[in-house]
Amino acid sequence: MTCLHLLLTLVFAVSLGTPVEIQRPRGVPLTKKPFYEENKPFTCLDGSRTIPFDRVNDDYCDCKDGSDEPGTAACPNGSFHCTNAGYRPMFIPSSRINDGICDCCDTTDEYNSGAKCENTCKELGLKERDVLQKMAEITKEGFLLKQQLIEEAKKGREEKQGKVTDMQENKKQLEEKVEALRTVKETAEQPEKEAKERHLKAWEEQKAAIRLEKDKAKMAEAFLELDDNADGFVSVSELQSHAELDPDADGTLTETEVQGLMGGAAQVDTSTFESVWTNIKDKYHSESQPEEPAPVETPPEEVKEPVVDNDSEPFPEDDISEEEDEDEDDEDDYHEDDDKVLPTVKTPEKSHEDGEAMLPYDPDTQTLIDAAQKARDDFEDSEKALREMDDQIRNIEKELSFDFGPDAEFTYLYSQCYELTTSEYIYRLCPFNRVSQKPKYGGSETNLGTWGSWSGPENNKYLVMKYEHGTGCWQGPNRSTTVKLTCGKETVVTSTSEPSRCEYLMEFTTPAVCQEPANMDLLPHGHEEL
Amino acid sequence: RKSCAVPSSPCSCSWTSSSVLLTFAVDRGNFKTCDQSAFCKRQRALKPGQSPYRALLETLELSDSRLTLQLINDNNKVHLLLELYRLQGNMTRVKINELKPLRPRFEVPDVLIAEPPTEPLSVLSKDDNGVVLSLGAKNQRLIVSARPFRLDIMQGPEVLLSLNSRGLLAFEHLRLHKDTDKEEDGLWEETFKSHTDTKPNGPTSISLDFSLPGVEHVYGIPEHADDLKLKTTDGGDPYRLYNLDVFQYELYNPMALYGSIPVMLAHNTQRTMGIFWLNAAETWVDISSNTAGKTVFGKMLDFVQGSSEKPQTDVRWISESGIIDVFIMLGPKPSDVFSQYASLTGTQSFPPLASLGYHQCRWNYNDQEDVKSVDQGFDQHDIPYDFIWLDIEHADGKRYFTWDPHKFPQPKEMLQGLMDKRRKMVAIVDPHIRVDSGYKIHNEITSKDFYVKNKDGRNYEGWCWPGNSGYPDFTKPEMRAWWSSMFAYDQYEGSMENLFTWNDMNEPSVFNGPEVTMHKDALHGKWEHRDIHNIYGLYVQMATAEGQTQRSGGVERPFVLTRAFFAGSQRYGAVWTGDNAAEWDHLKISIPMCLSLGLVGVSFCGADVGGFFKNPSTELLVRWYQTGAYQPFFRAHAHLDTTRREPWLFGPENTALIREVIRQRYALLPYWYQLLYQAHKTGMPVMRPLWVDYPKDTATFTIDDEFLIGSDLLVHPVTEEGSRGVTAYLPGAGEVWYDVHTFQKHNGAQNLYIPVTLSSIPVFQRGGSIIPRKDRVRRSSACMENDPYTLYVALSPKKFAEGELYIDDGHSLNYDTKKEFIHRSLTFANNALTSSNLCPDCNFLTSSWIEKVLILGASKPSKVLLKMDGKETPVDFEFDTSMSVLTLRKPGMNAGADWTLLLQ
Repeated sequence: MTCLHLLLTLVFAVSLGTPVEIQRPRGVPLTKKPFYEENKPFTCLDGSRTIPFDRVNDDYCDCKDGSDEPGTAACPNGSFHCTNAGYRPMFIPSSRINDGICDCCDTTDEYNSGAKCENTCKELGLKERDVLQKMAEITKEGFLLKQQLIEEAKKGREEKQGKVTDMQENKKQLEEKVEALRTVKETAEQPEKEAKERHLKAWEEQKAAIRLEKDKAKMAEAFLELDDNADGFVSVSELQSHAELDPDADGTLTETEVQGLMGGAAQVDTSTFESVWTNIKDKYHSESQPEEPAPVETPPEEVKEPVVDNDSEPFPEDDISEEEDEDEDDEDDYHEDDDKVLPTVKTPEKSHEDGEAMLPYDPDTQTLIDAAQKARDDFEDSEKALREMDDQIRNIEKELSFDFGPDAEFTYLYSQCYELTTSEYIYRLCPFNRVSQKPKYGGSETNLGTWGSWSGPENNKYLVMKYEHGTGCWQGPNRSTTVKLTCGKETVVTSTSEPSRCEYLMEFTTPAVCQEPANMDLLPHGHEEL
Repeated sequence: RKSCAVPSSPCSCSWTSSSVLLTFAVDRGNFKTCDQSAFCKRQRALKPGQSPYRALLETLELSDSRLTLQLINDNNKVHLLLELYRLQGNMTRVKINELKPLRPRFEVPDVLIAEPPTEPLSVLSKDDNGVVLSLGAKNQRLIVSARPFRLDIMQGPEVLLSLNSRGLLAFEHLRLHKDTDKEEDGLWEETFKSHTDTKPNGPTSISLDFSLPGVEHVYGIPEHADDLKLKTTDGGDPYRLYNLDVFQYELYNPMALYGSIPVMLAHNTQRTMGIFWLNAAETWVDISSNTAGKTVFGKMLDFVQGSSEKPQTDVRWISESGIIDVFIMLGPKPSDVFSQYASLTGTQSFPPLASLGYHQCRWNYNDQEDVKSVDQGFDQHDIPYDFIWLDIEHADGKRYFTWDPHKFPQPKEMLQGLMDKRRKMVAIVDPHIRVDSGYKIHNEITSKDFYVKNKDGRNYEGWCWPGNSGYPDFTKPEMRAWWSSMFAYDQYEGSMENLFTWNDMNEPSVFNGPEVTMHKDALHGKWEHRDIHNIYGLYVQMATAEGQTQRSGGVERPFVLTRAFFAGSQRYGAVWTGDNAAEWDHLKISIPMCLSLGLVGVSFCGADVGGFFKNPSTELLVRWYQTGAYQPFFRAHAHLDTTRREPWLFGPENTALIREVIRQRYALLPYWYQLLYQAHKTGMPVMRPLWVDYPKDTATFTIDDEFLIGSDLLVHPVTEEGSRGVTAYLPGAGEVWYDVHTFQKHNGAQNLYIPVTLSSIPVFQRGGSIIPRKDRVRRSSACMENDPYTLYVALSPKKFAEGELYIDDGHSLNYDTKKEFIHRSLTFANNALTSSNLCPDCNFLTSSWIEKVLILGASKPSKVLLKMDGKETPVDFEFDTSMSVLTLRKPGMNAGADWTLLLQ
């Protein structure tokens, strides 16, 4: 036979100094006491039925809502109220009544199980007050810090917006300057071009004359060489001794072939040799230096123009890749690197090689060139300045476009990084950028995700950051990291874990999520029941 | 867990990551077909009807317990010795060995619980053609025919079963290597992939055929991922029995899996019989049937025209070594076959009650914090559970019996935390031992010389989780005794009484071995691995369970889960179906896989809820919980690479669905416990095919999408994606079934369409049964120990019902050693419900009482009286006319008392 369980319970309220007995059925909170009137029929709280009062807490479930058994485990959906004097009151599921496990710190849930429970409410209350106090302090200080952060962010934002406005203004001026300098450059380049062309043309003519002279001398020399019998004529037989002249390259230079070369004549004198020379000069080997191939004339077209590649940007259409670079490495806000890769401008005078070095420009031309070069340099400098300005504007605009919270309180995290070292790895969180993991004892870094979005609960999405699309996992997803933000005075990564393969969880404290502290008087003192 | 799959791990597995990524399926190329297994190929090439074997009747000797007779192979003149035994309980044992083998041949020890008691055989008649022996009971005779040799077991004029009727008895005798032996026959050596199997003993295989006239349905021979009813194997591979770690196994084929139980059941409307082929070597089973190709219409036509040949199933067993040792269990009822098999190999171990609760597992719970937060998660979401599990990552460098010092620095603190919640833990202990001179277990095994040896006599080493590993020789009794001693609290550091064990990878799995297992020419003492392979896993679990019993001084029940198993494994704990996948078909196959195991003794079976590989959809996960909650071993498990799937991670609605079904499981724990007790006592399977209880109803013979739990609950889980309804077959003409959720009554012998939603789990209670429940579900089974019972009395059309109630302390062996239990019979007849004592000399006191009695299918009484201790007291009641449910309010008697409730 089961026993009828105790109906009434005593509650001692300590706040008034003297114990006050409040009688009510076991497990009923004070707020619901009026529904449980002794010796009057009890109506289930859902109104479904009415039962005699002796069936309340009789260890049999009569009400569908479990309200007739607040102090026993009879109803599957019931709940039990523990007062927990000294700590905070709470409800536990009825199934935890007398299950041998101490759930209520005032031990009231284990009144018939044999479990040895000790009343730990006072201790817990103290501890909790301590914790709450500390938390309150942290919240308070954190909230103050947050205000500063908001203030700074506001200032910073204004500054930056101002800066952008200024820079936009400067940019306009720069653009105008660039245009003006472009005109100057183009104006200076026109006479330069003409003077250079003139110079070049003169030089070409001079070169042609020299070449002609050289050819004539060679022809005369060849005539003398060929005219073996020195009779003032070159004959068929004399020419035939030069096998290299064989037109069909079959190895023999026949008489007929020689006659062909000689235009049908049996012999030629110095004046008529000219036409023969035209036929043979490409193949002719001088007898004095027979093996050396005739120096190949550099055809005039191949003479290298002095290279001055100064009419285009050093990295045309490079903006896109620069943008990507920025994403990769945001700390380089200003692309100082650009300076290093600008090509040095070559001057034509120094650039010529072989013996046929071009004559130096005449002073007038050189003056024009120098003037044009200066115009080009000026133009480039101004263009570079404009590009830098653009970069700066873009960076600031990008920063301004981030959602740094309702009051921009998360702004200060931008372009910062925070590390946590565990037994195996160094974890690095760069807010709004990426999360990574690096083995402590060497090894390459793994991307645990790049900034995705705020993804906290609906009522406050700023409590969770999500970083996605990190390095892929074998047979699994790409790595991703969830960062949970809690209020703290300091900005620190406090823990990391990998609850699922390749899904990381990071705990991060920051003043930026500290809420306005609640009134300290609301701390539990164990008397709210009254 | 799990097969080797991670390329970066030390295993030198041949699966490439790309093939794994592209296809989700077993790599069949890693495993042999019959054609690639030399002995199977040789044996299968034999043609029926040409048996060279002849019985030498003049050699017949008959003693009290056995008959012996020599057989001769007329082709090679080798003599065999046939032994026939008539065993108590309607069984016949047939043993065939070489009369004078060159060396002894392996006979499997430790499977039979005792030498089976015999009954005398007598010779009824004898002439030159044969001998007729009496099998005692019911006009049963055994006929030995001489030329060719053949055995027929008959009852009256009917042949029940014949041996060698197709002449496929083939016994490869031990011999000396001859130069004339053809290399391609693989007699002395064979190579599979890069692995060469040296065969110093040459060919040793054996084979025998069985004919089953009148039989169209055969079952058993697990483990295969296939239908309950075995298929014919003509034109394909035979069913293979060879314990293997199969990575991402494929469904609906006869490939070998992690365990082997060489027991087949044959059933028709008249009789159920069993064949137990006691051999631990690689085994293949061919099945053919003369009706397999015929349609129902074709069969009917045969019947009408009277031209029907009698349906018959032919079975042929082929093993690589050992002897022929076969037990023929003659039934005739299904329950007779179960008790016959149980009398040979023992029954299901009686597990601690808590192990019937819900198990939460994952590869891996990362650290103590993780364990704590999962534990708290269950309380926060008010979901009961009993066991949380730790996979291989918990150990320090995969050195089992140790703890990772960073992740689990304080195991006892963690276990105490669980104990405070009255919960328990399982940690994995696999049989491969890391070769590491800094590891105590390895050093002791080495110094005691307990490792398996390779063919050259050095310690066998293979790759597994820890890298290079040794394999203890569990076939050695001294080795097992030592292993057991390692579970003592002072040996297994950090262990406590609520820590239990999981043996995985005990096929054994060898990542770089042939077919991912041990080389067949490795040595266990004088026997080759070839001889003992299929029993290795049994020994691992045996030694582990024994260790757990010993650590408590023989007081507490062990709980050990194993992946590999053999005949007899049921005595040592639970089995699960290995590394399945989060796919609907894998959910479906969990039913026939566990049903097949139940038929051959292993009742405590389950599949990984949710599926091990891959991520289940929420719907699949919910459906899997709903199915798993109604299977004996109920554990969720997941692969390392899957996303977390604790029950509360899928939104409040799905959390509620999962909570609800786990609560249903806990409410039914008294019934489950009683069924496990019954299985332990009688060998009756807990989870059963319908035909076990309805053996004459042919409609039940192929059903494997629904099942019975005991005799009284019928479950038809929803295993189709997006299902809006299922059709359940309710058996039993003239019987009724009650929907357990609504109490609606349905007639038996009908296909019932049941519309379903995601919350539906079609479950029915048999009219005529009484099921005790504990409806006050708490956070663990231990917390419910003293809770009261509600009796669900489901009346048959004749207003009758009966059931049982079993109660003990839930965890100790005192039920056995001190008879400390309560076993009550509950009977409703003549408008009176009576509890009477089934074990008057038992002593156990419970504080549990009867809080409520629901009588389904009742009519309204005018008065209800409780008769107890000579007194009569009125009992309050309510009657629901719409469903005819009578509820007796708080009769309040102690659950162990004698009482009667009278309805007037």
